Amino acid sequence: MSPTARAWQRFRRHRFGLAGLMVLVLMTAACLSAGWLAAAMGQDAEAVDLFGQFGTPSAAHPLGQDELGRDVMLRLLQGGQVSLSVALAAALGAATIGTAIGLAAGYLGGWLDALLMRLVDSVIALPLLPLLIVLAAIDPAKLGLGQLAEDQGFGLARIVIIVALVGWTTPARLVRGATLAARAQGYVLAARALGAAPIMIALRHILPNVSGPLIVATTLAMGQVILFESALSFLGLGIQPPTPSWGNMLTGAQELIWQAPMLAVYPGLAIFLTVIAVNFLGDALQDALAPRASERVPL
Amino acid sequence: MARFLAWRLAQSLVVLALMSAVIYGLIGLMPGDPIDLALSADPRLTPEDIARLRALYGLDEPWFQRYLAWLGQAMQGEFGYSRLFAAPVLSALAEPLGRTLLLMGGSFLVALLVGLPAGIIAGARPQSRLDYIINFICFAGVAMPAFWLALLLILLFAVTLQWFPASAVALEPGLGPQLYHLALPVLTLGLLQTGGITRYMRAAMREALAADHIRTARAKGLGEFSVIWGHAFRNALIPVVSILALDVGGLFSGALIVEMMFGYPGMGKLLFDAVMGNDYNLALVALLFGTGVTLAANLAADSAYAAIDPRVTFGGLEDA
Repeated sequence: MSPTARAWQRFRRHRFGLAGLMVLVLMTAACLSAGWLAAAMGQDAEAVDLFGQFGTPSAAHPLGQDELGRDVMLRLLQGGQVSLSVALAAALGAATIGTAIGLAAGYLGGWLDALLMRLVDSVIALPLLPLLIVLAAIDPAKLGLGQLAEDQGFGLARIVIIVALVGWTTPARLVRGATLAARAQGYVLAARALGAAPIMIALRHILPNVSGPLIVATTLAMGQVILFESALSFLGLGIQPPTPSWGNMLTGAQELIWQAPMLAVYPGLAIFLTVIAVNFLGDALQDALAPRASERVPL
Repeated sequence: MARFLAWRLAQSLVVLALMSAVIYGLIGLMPGDPIDLALSADPRLTPEDIARLRALYGLDEPWFQRYLAWLGQAMQGEFGYSRLFAAPVLSALAEPLGRTLLLMGGSFLVALLVGLPAGIIAGARPQSRLDYIINFICFAGVAMPAFWLALLLILLFAVTLQWFPASAVALEPGLGPQLYHLALPVLTLGLLQTGGITRYMRAAMREALAADHIRTARAKGLGEFSVIWGHAFRNALIPVVSILALDVGGLFSGALIVEMMFGYPGMGKLLFDAVMGNDYNLALVALLFGTGVTLAANLAADSAYAAIDPRVTFGGLEDA
């Protein structure tokens, strides 16, 4: 049996991992179909209808209408597109940073390893949300990026970078651990004996062999990243309205909680379901791709 | 032991010094500067006046020189004035810090009271139905956005049941009303911490129950209750204490959200207001203070761990 088939067999035993994968696939499909669905319903997610303020669920608006009479379901799906793509991009960014640091620490070892791991420990211990708030308040003009800041996509790129800057610690740790194990293997010794440069060994021989933990780390980082992004957007420092995101849809919900309690429920439920699905998936992938010696949490 | 402590203390100080430089740099990158604020207060200032003021206050110097000047003042306990509070930064910080410590302390207690027993029960009966349920709840707790949990609790306890107020600040004087108003914030932050504590406790309990002396205790006919509480629990607590200290940073982040949601004027809300209100001095010191408290908690836990557990090596970097 091929390693992939064996990994799939281990993965399949995880009922919660499978459920997580299904939730994520359905959620992504639903969000991607937002434009098509809006056209089919003959509606526009941006369309304001002040007569329909706080409209209750109906055939035309399955989840009701918000404080501006916009359709809540369409906005949720569009916000999902934004939140999920930002999370995916930030998780990939965090994984890239973490892989570079983990590979360097694990392969080169010595004082560099000690230094980098101390850095990881320090970043993990920091109060990250206050730091994120300061990072989000930075003026791009002072970094010489004033021109770029005019651009439409800059706001999204900015939040991706900020969140990736604090999300790389888990990937760094997992990749370092896997690199340490891979370094002791015979093929690495063979490559070294053939005179391959350290950077080549790290990228060509070790990186492919730590891909399992890397996939796990990226998945787990995605859950963390979604929570950070939503908190920043909720505080008004992340994705800026009118672009909807699950976090910023909740910004005004507290003031409206008496008139429209359900507006406070849906976007949070979407975040919660996504993060829990991602975490279950990460847990199952861990079992399938990087089995640990220690006993795992039963789920 | 003394060498280990000195080494860890030196390490923490180095991290704090590095963080102070980084944070100083970041605050300097926030929009505007004090002269811009002066200009917005008095538009009659000419460009020459502005250049003169920048030179007078050293704002035209490079970043690192300004940082060194700030550090020199800070070493003498001089952190400047807060713009929002019109008071020295340290006196503006004192009261919010006390409030945040009250909030964090209370919620930590809630988390311990729920999380430790839950973790012990789950760890003592692995793979049981109860273990599955507790684990599932922990997974859910870890995936819960802090602000959403606050919204849900407000919705349930303040709007629907009307048991507790949704604001953390009591208008009536006295301790009773104040504690009553703190109920929901403390519950929110406490529940946010519970998932992590339960999972640590469960893992530590499983490890402690696998030890040889537990088998001995069972073999001599000790009841399950005293095996778990008398023998395993105390050993399991050691690693949990050190892991809990690592969560202080997360507790700070959670406290910030909870303070924003319930309008509680603590450190987190202060920091947010300082960043939004261009109060550079206050934002800088508040963030540095949060970092310092977190590092101190880690140091304390490391020391306690080393003091309790003789197996911890007192070496240099190798102990990582």
